[in-house]
Amino acid sequence: MKVMPGYAQQGVAENDSALLSVTDKKRLLREMLYARRFEERCYEAYVERKIGGFLHLYSGEEACAHGVLEAARPGYDYVMTSYRDHIHAIKCGSDPRKVMAELFAKEGGTCKGRGGSMHIFDVEHRFMGGYALVGGPFPLAAGIAKGIKMKGGDEISICFLGDAANNQGTFHESLNMAKVWDLPVLYVCENNLYGIGTRIDRSTAVQDQYKRAAAYDIPATQVDGQDVEVVYAAAKQAIEHVRSGNGPYFLELMTYRYRGHSMSDSNAYRSKDEERSWLKRDPIHILRNRLIDSQDLTLSEFKDMDKAIIEEIENEVIAYAEQSPEPAVEDLEKYVLAENDPYVHGGAS
Amino acid sequence: MSQMMYWEALRRAHDEELSHDPLVIVMGEDIGIAGGTYKATQGLYDKYGPERVIDTPISENGYTGLGIGASFVGVKPIIEIMSVNFAWLATDQIINTAAKVRYMSGGQLGAPVVIRSPGGTAHQLGAQHSARMEKVFMGIAGLRVVTPSNPRQAYGLLKSAVRCADPVFINEHELMYNMKGEVPDEEFFHPLEGSEVVRQGRDLTLFGYNISVHWCLQAAEVLSKEHGIEAEVVDLYALSPLDREGIKASVARTHKAIIAEEAEAPVGVGAEVMAIFNEECFFELDAPPIRVSAANVPIPYNHKLEKAAIPSARDVIAAALSLFPGKH
Ligand SMILES: Cc1ncc(C[n+]2csc(CCOP(=O)(O)OP(=O)(O)O)c2C)c(N)n1
Ligand SMILES: [Mg+2]
Repeated sequence: MKVMPGYAQQGVAENDSALLSVTDKKRLLREMLYARRFEERCYEAYVERKIGGFLHLYSGEEACAHGVLEAARPGYDYVMTSYRDHIHAIKCGSDPRKVMAELFAKEGGTCKGRGGSMHIFDVEHRFMGGYALVGGPFPLAAGIAKGIKMKGGDEISICFLGDAANNQGTFHESLNMAKVWDLPVLYVCENNLYGIGTRIDRSTAVQDQYKRAAAYDIPATQVDGQDVEVVYAAAKQAIEHVRSGNGPYFLELMTYRYRGHSMSDSNAYRSKDEERSWLKRDPIHILRNRLIDSQDLTLSEFKDMDKAIIEEIENEVIAYAEQSPEPAVEDLEKYVLAENDPYVHGGAS
Repeated sequence: MSQMMYWEALRRAHDEELSHDPLVIVMGEDIGIAGGTYKATQGLYDKYGPERVIDTPISENGYTGLGIGASFVGVKPIIEIMSVNFAWLATDQIINTAAKVRYMSGGQLGAPVVIRSPGGTAHQLGAQHSARMEKVFMGIAGLRVVTPSNPRQAYGLLKSAVRCADPVFINEHELMYNMKGEVPDEEFFHPLEGSEVVRQGRDLTLFGYNISVHWCLQAAEVLSKEHGIEAEVVDLYALSPLDREGIKASVARTHKAIIAEEAEAPVGVGAEVMAIFNEECFFELDAPPIRVSAANVPIPYNHKLEKAAIPSARDVIAAALSLFPGKH
């Protein structure tokens, strides 16, 4: 099994560090560390039964969302993804307190406790949703791109999905339409080599996902998804392509999730060796070590940062989520349909 | 008032809405250059261009999802699905996304799409082209379902559906596109909720929707002329939400009730209306209410079998007469 595939280098250097300033890199390091601590705190909260339902964590994959969205315009470009969605929302600008409150099923959550972990929405920050049907967002993201194109804006639509999602019909239907209509949409494939417990070579005829985009004549690249600078550089090119009106682009990021698919998964289907080999390429450590090597960071600074993040999550994020009230049962039927729509009764006048 | 055909009424509504709002688009298979299988978009491609009158690939779930995504950013798509039999493929996006996104986003995001599609049994099209699907969609919270029985409703319901902030499924009928009827010359918006008393009568109520309204009207004429029974006919043009109050009021006037549907009985419109009779009208009823429904079979190709499977005015008459034992 090919755990680390040979990357198809289509003009993207593996380590084009020149693109990000030291300040940016330090901020990204903090953001990714924050993401890791956020997700790991979710794990604990789930064990404490503060979070219910299905919970899918992003630990190990941080460089994907951070590298791509760093190259995009978060809060301006439209973003959607699957159920593994907390970190994408936060990088788009969502208040982590509200994301946590949503997981705690509280009225102060992004979706007032109606959505849950798999359905974070934050339209104000143009995070257009987490969706639980594998492959569901492919056409939705193309539709947003159609809307952008009609309205003449320079936003783009970005759709993050997993490798296994590419075996849905919507992948093919959407890539086809996106190409036929030249829509400004970037598909980002977070290839973590598994769809739940099924390894990619057991479910998927073509394992290099970027190759599948060729069937729709869509330009595509595959890069290391553990190095945020590599992701950033590749995404920058991809986004430039899409934003300047050249139609869709497909970006494949090779990555790995540390935890089980969701909380009910013990990872029994993969070897400890495989897990260890990926832990050696931890996205946070890669960037941290690079900053330490270039003497832009010390280990103790990093440890302080970590400590501050853990405290911040506890004192602000968890505290907010705990204190936020639950939705009122009287409001059960709110938000099913639009309120007071005049056309329901035959128009305004 | 002018006389026009059902398809012409639809075409007029499309045309007016496209010209009213540049963010209205129409999409579907063969709706552009070809003008639509039932001509509902004839000539609009030339008038509004390929960016707004969009010939889609044969990807029902894909283009429906694309329309829904576009509606997230202010576009108002009218999606034509050539036949409801093909809408089964789009149920994922219609049900999992359009109907639920407002709720699961806590009211942040709506999907104001219109999905139009002909259901119903035409002539010998076989089991995979004769489905009726309204029963599926009317059971989905977050989705409105309407079903026009005449050109005036076809026009006015489409107009309101486009303007409404909710996703609306419009259930049409393959056999009704050439039906003629009066449509007001001035623009109007038909309510998306409620029901309409289309014939008054004191002895019983015949409830119908879409094509079965016409069976009910024919049956009412025969019942009146030949049996002296005066039937009220109620058109349930809104299937979701159903007009509980209207149903209740009519049964309170007549005390006998029949619901006629073209679809098979299980888990259907008739079943739902019967539940309303039970919950709302139990003490008003003088006799057990009756469902007139199709046989519970995949629709056969053979003409005689097909006819036997689908109800008609004759079945409505027979059901009505069974409620008046003295009148045979
Ligand atoms: C339509 C559909 N089928 C099956 C599932 C169950 N399911 C949830 S996630 C998943 C695996 C998806 O894997 P991938 O797309 O690679 O994303 P990852 O979870 O690895 O990020 C499956 C089978 C689902 N949610 N939706
Ligand atoms: Mg995967």
